[in-house]
Amino acid sequence: MPKLRMTGRGLWITALIVPPLAFVALFVVYPIISAFAYAFFDWQGLKRGAFVGLDNFHTVLFVEPYRSWTLNAFKNNIIVFFALMVLQNGLGFILAYALWRELPGARFHRIAVFLPVVLSTIIVAYLFKLFYHPLFGVVNITLRNVGLGWMAQPWLGQSGTALWSIIAAQAWHMVGFPTLVFLAGMQRIPGEILDAVRMETESEWVKISKIVWPLVAPSATIVFTLLFVGAFNWFELPYIMGGLDGSPFGSTDVLGLYFYRTAFGNVSAGQQDFGLGSALAVLIFLFIAVIASVITVRLRAREIQI
Amino acid sequence: MSAVGTSYYDRKGILGTLGRDGLLQIILIANSIIMLAPIVIMIFSAFKTTPQIFQSPFGFPDLTQVGNFVKIWTQTNFLRYLLNSFVVTGASMVLILTLGTMAAYALGRYAFTGAGFILMFFVAGLTLPLKLAIIPLFMLMRDLSILNNQLSLIFVYTAMGLPTTIFIMTGFIRTLPNELEDAARMDGASEARIMWSIMLPLVRPAMVIAGIQNVVPIWNDFFFPLVFIQNDALKTLPQGLTTFMGEYTTDWGVLFSGLTLSAAPIIVIYIVLSRQFIAGMTSGAVK
Repeated sequence: MPKLRMTGRGLWITALIVPPLAFVALFVVYPIISAFAYAFFDWQGLKRGAFVGLDNFHTVLFVEPYRSWTLNAFKNNIIVFFALMVLQNGLGFILAYALWRELPGARFHRIAVFLPVVLSTIIVAYLFKLFYHPLFGVVNITLRNVGLGWMAQPWLGQSGTALWSIIAAQAWHMVGFPTLVFLAGMQRIPGEILDAVRMETESEWVKISKIVWPLVAPSATIVFTLLFVGAFNWFELPYIMGGLDGSPFGSTDVLGLYFYRTAFGNVSAGQQDFGLGSALAVLIFLFIAVIASVITVRLRAREIQI
Repeated sequence: MSAVGTSYYDRKGILGTLGRDGLLQIILIANSIIMLAPIVIMIFSAFKTTPQIFQSPFGFPDLTQVGNFVKIWTQTNFLRYLLNSFVVTGASMVLILTLGTMAAYALGRYAFTGAGFILMFFVAGLTLPLKLAIIPLFMLMRDLSILNNQLSLIFVYTAMGLPTTIFIMTGFIRTLPNELEDAARMDGASEARIMWSIMLPLVRPAMVIAGIQNVVPIWNDFFFPLVFIQNDALKTLPQGLTTFMGEYTTDWGVLFSGLTLSAAPIIVIYIVLSRQFIAGMTSGAVK
């Protein structure tokens, strides 16, 4: 009798666990492993050709014009990451600190700062594309109205401003996320610690740099890592606002866009290459995995257990 | 706060404190204006004709002027896209919550060999950017003959949503007390009955959190439809929006009302359920 019960229980657990396991295995694990395998073959359209070893990697890293494209996209990703580190995470920390004071209206401000986060990136991209319009966009209209007409310019149309304009849209879209993660971190700081600090110092700066910042380190680890992964996967905003080619002149090209264009780009013009695309995917994947682990480990070491 | 706060105010001087709080308040107000202005301009513009938008982009519109919305309703596939988004998101959510609860229940309630390893397997999927596996996914969907079929989206979203759901729910299910379960077992209730009638009703709060965390990215996703779906009648809302924005490039009134209509469902739900939304969407990052 006990033996039978055990089998019944085993069957029950198996029935619970196998369907979800199968889903993740088929649609997450198998494709990721295959992505590595694909990169070592030559591809003609959707047909897999001969095994070519590291040729695809060599091409995207060292053969022109791929080499310049890869470097240019990578450079832009670096800019995006550091710019968002300041505009998104830095601003997010300041806003979180302001919200933490629970001043009048804090609830309203908290809801407002997170509102753009729930919008689809595609809506945000088109909205800002209309706002940046050289003649009729509200950005230039506002500048002209306040007497700064000389600053009005085709924001998305010139290499010098296009990427920064898209970064600004991204920061608007997502600043609420680090804000509320930092806020949750600050709210977990025990009251006794804060009271003790108030006895010791009057300086707001000392309080922030010596107490609040170190104590929200776990939140910082998470938002830094997520921002890093997000910045190097960036796709939707540049795709809608800059176009598939990263216009103008590749100034808004990023790795996600470049990878998509290489893999699926232009099927009719025969510019589709799954081999090179997979090689890029593997390189981006390894880069993200290695750096994200380093960031996580180094930042974890900084965290203090309360 | 109050007792210590008083001495703090005394020492620093009420003016200093007011100055500091005033600065923070100004930062918050300025930020909220920046956050809301684009959305307000979008909604206002939706009720204006294109010339009106060009002449007075910030003016309050005549809210009875709904010509743009009528145009969208009657001349575009907007309703179709909206319906498709509901179908795809709804089906994915049902699958995620069903399969996620099953796995989390098994992992959180029973001790068995390999449980730790299986949880690791699921959680490993948390951080993997699945976008980068889009080429093999495309081939897989082709081999399964579900390219240009919403099942491809539903399956990918389900697989993507399971790791977070299982992670959140396993943690929650572990904390549930054993007493009820043991009592029911002694009364001879089957394992399935214990799960369904006794434990599942207790799991609902975790389901809400896991549900919100997944529903927003799925509803908003653009990348997977871009690769998997070509047929206009099958497109989801974010993807349909690109078709539609391309058709009406010069009719700004229609463009803004299209954006407003696309944003409306999620904005309304967010305002009603902001607490749950914020908790759900940051739950992966807040322990």
